[in-house]
Amino acid sequence: MAPIRSNKLFIRAISGTTAIAASLSIVACSGEKKADGGFDGEVKVGILHSRSGTMAISENTVAEAELMAIDEINAKGGVVIDGKKLKIVPVEEDGASDWPTFAEKSKKLIDSDKVAVVFGGWTSASRKAMLPVYEAKDHFLFYPIQYEGQECSKNIFYSGATPNQQAEPAVDWLLKNKGKDFFLVGSDYVYPRTANTIMKEQLKAKGGKLVGEDYLPLGNTEVAPIIAKIKQALPNGGVIVNTLNGDSNVAFFKQMKAAGITPANKYSIMSFSIAEEEIAAIGPEYLEGTYAAWNYFQSLDTPASKKFTADFKAKYGDKRVTNDPAEAAYMMVYLWAAAAEKAKSVDDNKVREALIGVSFDAPEGKVTVQPNHHVDKLVLIGEVQKDGMFKILENQGFKKPVAWNQYVPETKGYTCDWTQKRPDAGKYKM
Amino acid sequence: MSLFLDTLFNGLAIGSVLVLAALGLAVVFGLMGVINMAHGELMMLGAYTTFVVQNLLKSGPLEGLFPIYILISIPLAFIVSGVAGLLLEATVIRRLYGRPLETLLATWGVSLILQQFVRSVSTAFVLGLLLTAVLGLLLPRLIPSNWIMQRWALIFKVGNWILATLLGVGAAALFGSVRLLDQAWFSARNIDVTAPEWLRGSIDYAGVNMPTARLFIIILTLISLIAVNWFLQKSVWGIRIRAVTQNRSMSSCLGIPTESVDALTFLVGSGLAGVAGVAVTLLGSVGPNLGGNYIVDCFMVVVLGGVGKLLGTVLAALGIGVLSYVLGSGSLLLVWPTMPAGLNELITFFATTSMAKVLVFVLIVVFLQFRPAGLFPPKGRMAEV
Repeated sequence: MAPIRSNKLFIRAISGTTAIAASLSIVACSGEKKADGGFDGEVKVGILHSRSGTMAISENTVAEAELMAIDEINAKGGVVIDGKKLKIVPVEEDGASDWPTFAEKSKKLIDSDKVAVVFGGWTSASRKAMLPVYEAKDHFLFYPIQYEGQECSKNIFYSGATPNQQAEPAVDWLLKNKGKDFFLVGSDYVYPRTANTIMKEQLKAKGGKLVGEDYLPLGNTEVAPIIAKIKQALPNGGVIVNTLNGDSNVAFFKQMKAAGITPANKYSIMSFSIAEEEIAAIGPEYLEGTYAAWNYFQSLDTPASKKFTADFKAKYGDKRVTNDPAEAAYMMVYLWAAAAEKAKSVDDNKVREALIGVSFDAPEGKVTVQPNHHVDKLVLIGEVQKDGMFKILENQGFKKPVAWNQYVPETKGYTCDWTQKRPDAGKYKM
Repeated sequence: MSLFLDTLFNGLAIGSVLVLAALGLAVVFGLMGVINMAHGELMMLGAYTTFVVQNLLKSGPLEGLFPIYILISIPLAFIVSGVAGLLLEATVIRRLYGRPLETLLATWGVSLILQQFVRSVSTAFVLGLLLTAVLGLLLPRLIPSNWIMQRWALIFKVGNWILATLLGVGAAALFGSVRLLDQAWFSARNIDVTAPEWLRGSIDYAGVNMPTARLFIIILTLISLIAVNWFLQKSVWGIRIRAVTQNRSMSSCLGIPTESVDALTFLVGSGLAGVAGVAVTLLGSVGPNLGGNYIVDCFMVVVLGGVGKLLGTVLAALGIGVLSYVLGSGSLLLVWPTMPAGLNELITFFATTSMAKVLVFVLIVVFLQFRPAGLFPPKGRMAEV
């Protein structure tokens, strides 16, 4: 029997080799698919978001929106500098929801990949971890998320909202329409803590009342003690402002619904980190009737907004949704390209100077980069509907960004203006 | 009185999640002494099983069963996680008995592999994996028997797995070029498991608001506890497990198949992790890193309770549950509104969920200083092993 067996082995070996060869040739082909057509050169940019871990739920869409903007710019001929067409080549890294990893990968992108700029970050904790890297290397980070403000770095461009473009108008709206008793819930890190400090000062100034606050460690899913506190503090309904981030939200809303803290029982819940993407992941049945404040909703009824959503669905699938962070991420890639073309260079120092004053017709409307490295933004209040989309309840129009908060005593009267040639341009008394 | 009942119920609710999550670990770690860092990931597999069952029953011929999909998921999750645990035992842990440090590192590695597996699993991926397994097992049989005797036949023993892996990867790439097969089943994003209607509301009784999902978990925990206890105390295999735990070599001499006992213990422990996975989908989000949220708590419960004692595990979990509820919700302030200002401020400071967790950990560390072996230290001959 032995000869037959070895014969079989021989046949297997041959077919095996063929399979390997075939698969290798496929890999080789797919690598060469995108042959350069008509470009005079390349410019590398970094994309640094959490593709895994607790923040992946939110950050995937942002990274995808950035890649979509890059593809669109490339399809139109890339970044044109002195008549030369440069193709934008994204270098992707995974921040893995781990803040030191963001700093480490930033170093890698700057030092070994030599990228012109990095688009990245979501949580303020990740931004705070990256900030020293960009300041030490005098490089440039584009950060697309609404955040707590109280920061104005020469080395960061912020395309998301500052509190006066999201949290403050939302609190004003709640005070006017929903009630005076506020309970604040947030994840235990820098954004919710700072945002809540600002909101507390605002409540004091505007006649609201803080009845309680609580913080949950990121990734924690046990919210029974918080629910008990809310019930004690607001037995007959009231306003709950939610600044939880990532998948704690799922636990929060599932358990809130079970405990009867719902819009039907006169609780008004306003979230600052829940957009269309998160609604799909949590399930609209848990969120229906709660509120959110953003600068862009997929339901925003303008041609630019509809085109953005249609393009995104065409690229990533019909079931996908767009949201505010994706829109901010999308716009900042265009703003960078426009600034590079204006500066006639991709050098980060020249782009930084050219960036201020650059405009772009974003899905939310025409935005312009302000001297404090933020943009003016459209302020919208929306209510979650059964289909997971927002009904826009109030459109407050465009608002200018304020980096240093004017409700908080420590930063009252301070401002930031990078067109000023003074050493303390990032924070000086007005 | 209502405050007391409220605290009791919520403490029980938090504690029962801990009991359920730690029960499987108590079996594996307590009875076998295996530090299984992949325990959380076995829970995750249970949670993903729930997701699959939910989606299968959402529409189609079995739609009528949708309201009870969670009940159907429980035995299925037990089987999925149990089989995964069995594979883990047979391939990794069996080779590392008596080497706790290596076991710890190896199972941690397995936990990372499992996390990545659910992120990137697709039909093409599974087909490649199956091909690798089949080839790896089949190829040695094709080698002529007289070659095996030679020393250089070692090349074939190692070589066949290398060849099988290469072929598997090649096949996966080949299948992956078909778009339909390449689609990830779950992807890295979190998945949405929605509790059935009857588990989304709550019941009010004696002034206490009891969410039905919590009641469900408490009942599930009770049933699991009774079942495990019956299994270990009364069933033939349970008695064998306890015999092996007490004295392995003596049991072996008396004809107890210790290897099968090990495999069975691991199967039961892992299956229980799967059941816990079903339960936690009612509370929180389901994603590849679900396990990481529970693993530390599980070990904390088992160590605090005393290794090898189910009763210890239960009491430790309930203790932690009540303590973190009392501290986190600040209900001490309600019981004693006139307490001195200094104490009042101290309690308010710790009355946030994250600070309560810190305090619970500190108390556990202090407790273990005085009782290093936990609430119920193992006694007698077991303690010497």
